[in-house]
Amino acid sequence: MRERKGIFYNIDRLTVFLYLLLVFIGWINIYAAVYNEEHKSIFDLSQNYGKQLIWIISSVVLALIILMIDIKFFSSFSYIIYFLSMFSLLAVLLLGKEIAGSKSWFQIGSFALQPAEFAKFATCLAIAKYLSAIDRKMKSLKTKIFAFIILLFPAGLILLQNDTGSALVYFSFILVLYREGLSGSFLIFSGIITVLFLLTLWLGILYAGGIVLAVCLFLLLLIKRNRNNIFTLIAAFIISGGFVLSVDYVFENILEKHQKTRINVLIGKETDIRGAGYNVHQSKIAIGSGGLTGKGFLKGTQTKYNFVPEQSTDFIFCTIGEEWGFAGSFMVVLLFSTLLIRLIIIAERQKSKFSRIYGYGVCSILFFHFIINVGMTIGIAPVIGIPLPFISYGGSSLWAFTILLFIFIRQDASRSELL
Amino acid sequence: MKDSFKARKFVIISIIVLIGSIFIIRLFFLQIIDNEYKLSAENNVLRYVVQYPARGLIYDRNDNLLVYNEAAYDLLVIPKQLKSFDTTEFCQLLNINKEELIANIIKARKYSYYKPSVFLEQITKENYGRLQEKLYKFNGFYVQKRTLRKYPYKNAAHTLGYVGEVNQSNIKRDRYYKQGDYIGKSGIEKSYEKELRGKKGLKIRLVDVFNRIKGSYKDGRFDTLTEAGKNLRISLDIALQQYGEMLLKNKKGSIVAIEPSTGEILALVSAPLYDPNLLIGRIRTENYKKLSIDTLQPLFNRATMAQYPPGSTFKPINALIGLEENVLTRNTKYSCNGLNTKPIRCSHDHYSPLSLISAIELSCNPYFWQVFKSIIENPKYDNTNEAYDNWRKYVKSFNVGEKFNTDISNQTKGFIPLDKYYNKYYGENHWKALTIRSLAIGQGEILISPLQMANIAAAIANRGFYYPPHFYKNIEDDNFIKPEFLKKSTFPFKKKHFETIIEGMFKVYEGEHGTARWYKNDSIQICGKTGTSQNPHGENHSVFIAFAPKNNPQIAISVVVENSGSGAKWAAPIATLMIEKYLFGHVEPNWFEENIINTNLLEN
Repeated sequence: MRERKGIFYNIDRLTVFLYLLLVFIGWINIYAAVYNEEHKSIFDLSQNYGKQLIWIISSVVLALIILMIDIKFFSSFSYIIYFLSMFSLLAVLLLGKEIAGSKSWFQIGSFALQPAEFAKFATCLAIAKYLSAIDRKMKSLKTKIFAFIILLFPAGLILLQNDTGSALVYFSFILVLYREGLSGSFLIFSGIITVLFLLTLWLGILYAGGIVLAVCLFLLLLIKRNRNNIFTLIAAFIISGGFVLSVDYVFENILEKHQKTRINVLIGKETDIRGAGYNVHQSKIAIGSGGLTGKGFLKGTQTKYNFVPEQSTDFIFCTIGEEWGFAGSFMVVLLFSTLLIRLIIIAERQKSKFSRIYGYGVCSILFFHFIINVGMTIGIAPVIGIPLPFISYGGSSLWAFTILLFIFIRQDASRSELL
Repeated sequence: MKDSFKARKFVIISIIVLIGSIFIIRLFFLQIIDNEYKLSAENNVLRYVVQYPARGLIYDRNDNLLVYNEAAYDLLVIPKQLKSFDTTEFCQLLNINKEELIANIIKARKYSYYKPSVFLEQITKENYGRLQEKLYKFNGFYVQKRTLRKYPYKNAAHTLGYVGEVNQSNIKRDRYYKQGDYIGKSGIEKSYEKELRGKKGLKIRLVDVFNRIKGSYKDGRFDTLTEAGKNLRISLDIALQQYGEMLLKNKKGSIVAIEPSTGEILALVSAPLYDPNLLIGRIRTENYKKLSIDTLQPLFNRATMAQYPPGSTFKPINALIGLEENVLTRNTKYSCNGLNTKPIRCSHDHYSPLSLISAIELSCNPYFWQVFKSIIENPKYDNTNEAYDNWRKYVKSFNVGEKFNTDISNQTKGFIPLDKYYNKYYGENHWKALTIRSLAIGQGEILISPLQMANIAAAIANRGFYYPPHFYKNIEDDNFIKPEFLKKSTFPFKKKHFETIIEGMFKVYEGEHGTARWYKNDSIQICGKTGTSQNPHGENHSVFIAFAPKNNPQIAISVVVENSGSGAKWAAPIATLMIEKYLFGHVEPNWFEENIINTNLLEN
C-alpha cells in the first residue's frame, strides 16, 4: 500500500496536467469540427465527440491501470510485447479491413482497432530494452544493425499496409539513437539527405548536381588539403551525386502518383488548388482566417461547412487555428513544446538506462507526429496522414499515445526505486 | 556508468525549440500578417444572392393594363456538381442538341467551376414544367426565376419601349446595375427606369463545401429587402391608340394626339409598327436584328424622330406673326391668280381677292407669300436679317428647333435656320424675303416633327399656351405631377389673333371651299389645317393638324402619311376619325373609314 500511494504521489504532475489539457482541447475541438445542429449535445454518443469522450474515459482508466502495474513488468516483457505487436501487424495484413486504401484496421464489433498505433510503444519498449543491456555500445556495428532491424521491421510491415505516414514515424528514433551515442553525422547526414532530396525535386538533376559540386569545391578551399580529407570529400561528392541521380529515378519510377503529387504540392511545383493541393489550401485558409483571436467557438465557417476534409482527425489543428486564432494555435504549439522538453528533462533524471531510452522514444514519436501534423496543416510539411497526439479524433491513437506516455510516467514515478 | 552523451540532450531540446519557433513564426504570418486567407474564407462560404423585385406595371389613362410581368425560368449549372447523366433525355426535355449542351457546359466552366452560371436562358413554361419533375436526375442544374415583360395589347410599342440586359456603359454610369441585370432601353421603360425597376435586395447566404445553402449570414443582419417597382399610369388611351394603329396599317406615317389642356399624349402612332412582344426574352436579339434591317424601319419612331417640312399646316403661324406685327389684319385682302401667280403659284383655283380667313380655308399660297413678305420687309426693322430673326423668334415660341424636356425618350429637334445659315448660303445681304419665300408656305429649310405639329395644334386650341407633351399620368396612387409637366409655355400673340386663325381653321371643315370639307362631322366642331409637304424623297407627304371641339378643345392632333399626296387626301380624314373616336368612343359609319383601313400605300 505504501508503494502504491507512493506512485501516485510521485507521478510527474506537470506531464499529467499537460496530457489532460491536450486531451480536453482535442475533445472541445472535435466537437467544433463535426458539430451539427441535430446533435447539439457534446455527449451525444452517435457523434465523434460523444465517442471521443468514451475514448478519453477509457484512456484514463488505461492510464490508471498502467500506473498500478509493477514497474519490472515493462522491461521484462518488452520483447514479448514487441513480438505480439509484430504478430498483430502481420495478422492485420492477412485479416484486416481496408479503410481508405490502407489495410490497417481490425474490425471488432463496431470498433475498429489499428495495430500500427500500438506498435509504436511496443517498438519503443523493445529498442529501450535492447539498447539498455549492459555494455551495449552504439559504436559497434552489430548494435547498429540490430537496432535498425528492431525499428525497420515494424516500419516495413506498416509500409506493406500502405500506411506510409505511420511507417515514417520510425524515422524519428534516430533522435533516440543519437542520444545514446550514434554519431552526429547520422543526424547531419539525414538532414543533408532531406535537403538534397528536396533540391533535386525542386530544381532538377542538373542544378542540384551543380550545387553539390559547388559546395564540394567550396569545402576544398576551406579544409586542409591532406590526402585523407580530399579522399573523404571526393567520396562525399560521389555519394551525394549518386543520391541526386537516384532520387530522380525513385521519384519518377518508384513513388506512387499520389505520393508524388503530395510532394510536388509541398515544394510548390503543383498549385492546383482543386486537386492535390486542395486540402492544404483550405487548411491554410481556415487557419489564416482565424486572425489573432479566432472566429470563436463553433463559429469557424471553414470548419462548420466542411471545407477542410478529415477535420476531426488529421486536420484538427485547422479548427483550433480558425476558431481560436493565433492565440489558440500558439498555445497548442507552446503546450506541445513544453511537454516534449519536459519529457526530455524527465528522461534525463532516470537512473535506469531503460527508462531513459524509453522516455526519449516517447518524446521522439510525439515530436515526429507534432512536426508532420502541424507542419502539414500550415503548409510546410508534406501531406502525410498521421494524427496529432492526444488531440485528433480516434480511439486507437488516443489509447496508444496514452499507453506510450503513461508507461513512461509509471517508470518515472518509481525512478528512485531501481537502478 | 558514466554517460558521456548527456550533453546531447541540449541538441535535441534545441531542435524542439527550433521547430516550435518555426511553427509560431509561420502561424504569425498566416494568421496575423497575411489577409489573403481571411478573404478566401469569406469567398468560400458567403454567397450573395440577389433578389430581383417585380418591375412596376404600366396602365393607360383608363386603367387598362398595358405591361405586366410574366415568370420566366433560367436554367443554371454549377460545373463542379455535375455528375454523369442521361444526355439524350436531358436534350429532349429542353429541345436542344448535344453540341449545344456541350458548348454551354464548356462556357459555364470557363466562367467558374464552383459558381452557378446561366446554362439556358428563359426556358419556356412547358419545358420548365417537364424539366422540374426530372431535375433530381441532373445534379448540378438549378432553375432560377426571372420575370419578362408582357404586352397584352400588342400596341404602342414605340411609346412603351423595351427592356433589355444592361451593357457596359449602363454599368459604368450607374453602379446599381450588375452584369445580367435588366434595364429599360427605350420609351417609357427607359424614361421611368428608376421608378419601375424598384430596388434589388441582397441576401447573404452561407454555403458549405458543396455549395448547399446552410443559412443566412449573421441572421440576415446585412441582408437588404427588395422594393417592388412602382406602378405607372400613363396618359395614353389604349383604345384610341389601337384605332390609330389600325388606320395607319400598311402606311408610313404617324399620328400624335394630345389633350390640349394638360399636354398629355393620348395616342402616339408610328407606322409601320411592330408587336412589342417580339422584343422580350430570348427571341429579342433575333427579332431586333430582323426589325432593324427592315427597309420600312419599323423600329424608327416617326412620331417623335421624323421631321418634315410642315407645308401649309404652317400657314396659321405665319398669319399669327403677321397679325401680331400689325402687318396683317383679318380684313387684309390679297389677290390670287391661281396657277399663274408669282412668285408662288396657288394650287387651288378660287375667287380673288380674298381675306385672311378665306386664305386659311382655301390654303391660298400667294396670300401667305404676301403675309410673309410684309413680315420680312417690315420697315420697322433695319434689314432682312433683323426682320428674319424676329420672325424666327415667333416660330421658336412653338418649340420648333427644340426638344421637349419631358419623358419622351427619343425626339428630334426639328430645324429652323438662323439668319447666319442664309448668310452663309447666299452671302451676307444677298438674300431677302423673296429668296426664302418657301418659308411662307411651310416649305424650304424648316423641318418639324409630328410631335411638334401636334403641340402647335394644342397651342392654337388653347388660344395661346401649352404644356409640354408628356406621357406621365401618375405613379402608384400618388397624384403628384412632376413640375416640369406643369410648366406652362405662353406666346407673344394676343388671344384675339388666335381666335382669328381658329375661325379660318374652322372654315377648313365648315367652309364652302374648305380643304377638308368632305370630312365635316355634324356633331363636332373641328378646326384643322391641311398641309402638303413637298420633299425630295418622292411623292408629297399628306399632313394635317386639327383640334376639337372648337370651344373647349379636348384633343389636338397631327397626322402625317408619307408619300401619299395632299393633306386632304389621307391625313385629314384620319385626323377626323381619330377625333370622333376619342370624343365619342366610337365612329359612326361614314364613307371614308373603310377605304382608309383597307388601303395599302406601301405597295406603290
